[in-house]
Amino acid sequence: MTLDAQNFALRRRDIVPELLKDRGDMLVVAGLGSTAWDITAAGDHDLSFPLWGAMGGSVSIGIGLAIAQPKRRVLVITGDGEMLMGMGSLATAARLNLHNLSVCVLDNEHYVETGMQTTHTSTGTNLSAIASGCGFENSVAVSSQNELADVLPRLREGPGMQFASIKVRAEKLGFSLPPKDGVYLKTRFRKAILGDAAVSST
Amino acid sequence: MEWWQGIFKAIKDANVRQVAYVPDAGHAKLIQACVDDDEITTISLTTEEEGIAVLAGAWLGGDRGVLLMQSSGVGNCVNMFSLANTCQFPMALFVTMRGQWKEFNPWQLPMGSTTEPTLELAGFSVNTAEDPNDVSDFAAATLHHAFVGGEMSALLLHQKLTPVKTFGK
Repeated sequence: MTLDAQNFALRRRDIVPELLKDRGDMLVVAGLGSTAWDITAAGDHDLSFPLWGAMGGSVSIGIGLAIAQPKRRVLVITGDGEMLMGMGSLATAARLNLHNLSVCVLDNEHYVETGMQTTHTSTGTNLSAIASGCGFENSVAVSSQNELADVLPRLREGPGMQFASIKVRAEKLGFSLPPKDGVYLKTRFRKAILGDAAVSST
Repeated sequence: MEWWQGIFKAIKDANVRQVAYVPDAGHAKLIQACVDDDEITTISLTTEEEGIAVLAGAWLGGDRGVLLMQSSGVGNCVNMFSLANTCQFPMALFVTMRGQWKEFNPWQLPMGSTTEPTLELAGFSVNTAEDPNDVSDFAAATLHHAFVGGEMSALLLHQKLTPVKTFGK
């Protein structure tokens, strides 16, 4: 683990509850591993879809969801490792200029689940610059509490498509596991949006 | 009616709202028809695996979606198929075949010969349409399997249906 990342000021388990506070009807997709545990530690919710696999797919799921539910904010929370595996999806999202999509990367510069190996962001890959280069008009890099206070409301409410990469301390935290039954996660999410139509035959 | 129009009609009849695609010469007219349709949102992908996740997101939000691609793209999707399989997301794939019939480019052959078993191993029910007159029915059945049956369903469009690509030779 790099010394720098061990000393980053911001901590993921402080940020995520703040981000999801008063979430209203916001739809949340979390990338596998740490961010799925983070949103669960903040309080499991019917309108959360935590991933246990599908690495690199979180933003793409957010794209389909944002198109289907244009009146709601869709928030994708993921880690640097997961984002690096699906960087093309940032170009796909930006091309669509989805007005209701927010992407929040908690960047600790490490793969926590697999033994704290460093990711490319530890050696200079700049995810907010990549998002900006893909066409996200609102893309910021955050590393301080002051910057965080500005960006959290924008991730929750917009305006427009938002991207933030937030440097967070590399630390191994306790597991906070969401349900892992994928059919259950899917059905509860759809029922919370669509009501009984989610499970009625068509 | 050209064969691709049969797919377009089936897509419209099934109230599909999202069409994700990686361009392919065989799908060019169908893609353009979808782009031109006001009720359909088209999603141009950088790689086919994004499309599997987009279809999952569409379904989570109450939309029906389909993915248009060529056979080489099936190989790009393999791990993402487990999202559809584990969560039982309906999937409807329309795959134009390369490396199957009068193929000019040998680099298409390996994926052309493994597209069908790859899809079956991943949990798809797979049909192949060879006759242009059959495409419309197969397309409707593929969408029915997905959205009424809740299955992962793929229709392979035989290379006989698409123009032979000769790279100017």
